[in-house]
Amino acid sequence: MSECKHCETWGARLIAWIDARFPLLKVWNEHLAKYYAPKNFNFWYFFGSFALLVLVNQIATGIWLTMNYKPDARLAFDSVEAIMRDFNWGWLIRYMHSTGASMFFIVIYLHMFRGMMYGSYKKPRELVWLLGMSLYVALMAEAFMGYLLPWGQMSYWGANVIVSLFSAIPVVGDSLATWIRGDFLISDVTLNRFFSFHVIAVPLVIVFLVFLHIVALHKVGSNNPDGIEIKEKKDENGVPLDGIPFHPYYTVKDLFGATVFLAVCAWIVFYAPEFGGYFLERPNFVPADPLKTPEHIAPVWYFTPYYSILRAIPSKFGGMLAMFLAIFILFLLPWLDRCPVKSIRYRGNIYRIALALFVISFLALGYLGTIPPTPTAAFFGVLFTFIYFGFFLLMPIYTRLEVTRPVPERLTMPKPLLEREGWFWNLVRQAVSCVRKAPWYRQLDAQWQKIRTFMENNKYLRHFL
Amino acid sequence: MSEIDIDLEKRRFLTRTTLALGAVGAGMAAVPFVSYLKPGAGALEAAAPIDVDVSKLEDGQLIRVEWRGQPIWVLKRTEEMLETLTKIEPLLRDPDSDESVQPESCKNRYRSIKPEIFVAVGICTHLGCSPTYRPEVAPPDLGKNWLGGFFCPCHGSRFDLAGRVYKKVPAPTNLVVPPYRYVTDTHIVVGEEQQEAV
Amino acid sequence: MKPILYLVLLLTPLWAAAELGVTLEQPDIDVADTPSVRRGLELYVDRCLGCHSLKHLRYRRLQRDLRLSDEEIKALFPHLERIVGTMTTAMDPQDAERWFGVPAPDLSERIRALGADWLYTYLRSFYKDETRPFGVNNRVFPDVAMPHVLWDLQGEQEAVTVTVGDTTVIQKLELVEPGKLSPPEYDKAVADLVNFLAYAAEPAQLERRRIGPYVLLFLFLLAFVTYRLKKAYWKDVH
Repeated sequence: MSECKHCETWGARLIAWIDARFPLLKVWNEHLAKYYAPKNFNFWYFFGSFALLVLVNQIATGIWLTMNYKPDARLAFDSVEAIMRDFNWGWLIRYMHSTGASMFFIVIYLHMFRGMMYGSYKKPRELVWLLGMSLYVALMAEAFMGYLLPWGQMSYWGANVIVSLFSAIPVVGDSLATWIRGDFLISDVTLNRFFSFHVIAVPLVIVFLVFLHIVALHKVGSNNPDGIEIKEKKDENGVPLDGIPFHPYYTVKDLFGATVFLAVCAWIVFYAPEFGGYFLERPNFVPADPLKTPEHIAPVWYFTPYYSILRAIPSKFGGMLAMFLAIFILFLLPWLDRCPVKSIRYRGNIYRIALALFVISFLALGYLGTIPPTPTAAFFGVLFTFIYFGFFLLMPIYTRLEVTRPVPERLTMPKPLLEREGWFWNLVRQAVSCVRKAPWYRQLDAQWQKIRTFMENNKYLRHFL
Repeated sequence: MSEIDIDLEKRRFLTRTTLALGAVGAGMAAVPFVSYLKPGAGALEAAAPIDVDVSKLEDGQLIRVEWRGQPIWVLKRTEEMLETLTKIEPLLRDPDSDESVQPESCKNRYRSIKPEIFVAVGICTHLGCSPTYRPEVAPPDLGKNWLGGFFCPCHGSRFDLAGRVYKKVPAPTNLVVPPYRYVTDTHIVVGEEQQEAV
Repeated sequence: MKPILYLVLLLTPLWAAAELGVTLEQPDIDVADTPSVRRGLELYVDRCLGCHSLKHLRYRRLQRDLRLSDEEIKALFPHLERIVGTMTTAMDPQDAERWFGVPAPDLSERIRALGADWLYTYLRSFYKDETRPFGVNNRVFPDVAMPHVLWDLQGEQEAVTVTVGDTTVIQKLELVEPGKLSPPEYDKAVADLVNFLAYAAEPAQLERRRIGPYVLLFLFLLAFVTYRLKKAYWKDVH
């Protein structure tokens, strides 16, 4: 690299040429090389970059799928089968897209949970949260409309159920539902407009919102597991004492995380693309039949918590209202939470219990939404709906009563696992020392030391140690 | 931060290894996306070779069949027609088919495997019109030098009975001869090349 | 304690079995077992293709995946002049509707929804029932419109019922007249047939299972290198 003097000057001159016409270095520094991120991010901080990765995957595979997909009620199902069977690697591209859709929601749910744990929605990051929530809503619209496109039984009847919800609105309901469908039932017209929204309109909105989400985040700076503002403690150059430049530290870290994440996704794509009927629902392999409802309609797993809330309310309009309220109440989180402490590490037990109950109820509602509505399921549906809304509606009260712990001045770095306190880590330590005494472990260790020595003496291999 | 401890060589080595592996990975990931753009199973089947029965062709008769969405001509030439091919050569731009497209087995004066059966893609090499078959000698509209051949009505390109282009016409090269082979004396397959001599 | 009891009840998958009244049995199949898939194909062509098309499965694909020669394909499908197109059926859907009351579904788009377990159990669950048009009924698909096309292989089964109160339920099926195949042979033939249909439902599974290990291996290697890279950079973060 450095032997070639010309390359460097050529490269430098090209950058200088661009920089005179476009703020290349400025953007690079502001968002990567001189964007200082707290140095104690844990694995919860991977999910933002994973979401970006999945978005890129969805756009790329989506473009390729659109090339051979036919948005026509008579041709749509067969064109998907043709992609799966007739076009080279079409099955891979389609499974990447369908797996990507589910992974998007997994990643986003974990990303949102991270925000709730460490108070990332609190001042000054309210706008970051609002933009993120808008992204979540846009993503749900994108997923909902995309699900109609394969024109299978679940596509058809799922869309039918959700669009019918709008007819519950008093006075304008019926004409609104008809307006959404462009017909009196889900039809070719509906398929065409959903296609248009799914491939053009909503993706544009999502990309723009992602841009705003990141710009807003970089204006205020990233939160961290301690919930402290690192900008308050700076050195003489104005660099936060507890900050490290995003590039190269977090780029290499995210690169590693992304590879592991891709391996998980690849396992699903190659070995379990249906994921037990959760990522691709079995009845959707049968073409849409407007005259025959499948025995059991369930939305895809990422919508099931809201579907359960819908079912928990014994009135059509009330159910619809509750479902939309369950989503939109999340927007209000920064103002419902009255506790001055951000991170769950230093917050009171009240919030910890409340958050745990919220997570349990969200997961339980999700599970309940996948099973048929038996009386038992209905009972638990109501119970967990109460907990879900209780978490938000009671928040202004219980967060004021919290007994918080002292927040440290500076970031705390995670202790190595084997130095941590508590009964669990004591147990782990004991187990480890037991294993270390075992003769088979010593043999293995001796072998490893030989390999190690060999690697240390090799010019290249030593770098992998 | 203790700057002395940093092993720059290690970082550089690992960065390069990652970049190299990443490039390999990106290359492999691109394979499905590029391959997807190639004709799928449906298109390949539509482009599959077709069978043509030439046993019922009469002397001087031209039939048209479709292969890969193109008109394919199959013409049975008479002895007299074959004789014109020698006489006409001074008027032709590429009489030996050096600049034209045909399978190796058809790179000869007749531009065919067997002299009497002529197979060609019926599309003018100028702008893609389909020329008309004009076997008659010296008709009033084509002049007294016309010994039979193909005439493109779009821009007036002329070809002889072996699809060879005349001089001073817009078409640059001779008509394309598709790959074909004889299964039996009367049965040809368009779309597959003749492997052994007939 | 009551909510906990409810929860336990809720989590048991009993509702699934209760809905059908029959527990589905799993065939021991593997779509990569080409000889088994080929036997299944032969049985399918012989007994099923008359009514059930496989309109998404191309002859060429079948030939490639099952490694069949042109001659073998022509022997299986004598009406084929050239090996192009998909496995459609000669039967007119309107005829099917007249004969059976419903059109025979295309199986290349139905089997993935039904599942191999269902199909395997279904094909072994026909029993004599004189009230039905074809003299047979099915335990997992009550009042099915399809005749038992494999009856001469399996023989005839009769339902053993028990009456509890007002309702009569089928306890089990009993072979009353043996067919050409013994019960284990019949189960094996059905498993082959199911294996073929499992393949036909998603031919790509052969490809993805072949490629999967290489992709994962590469990603593990890349993960190792990027992990060392991360460690090399993070050495100076304290």
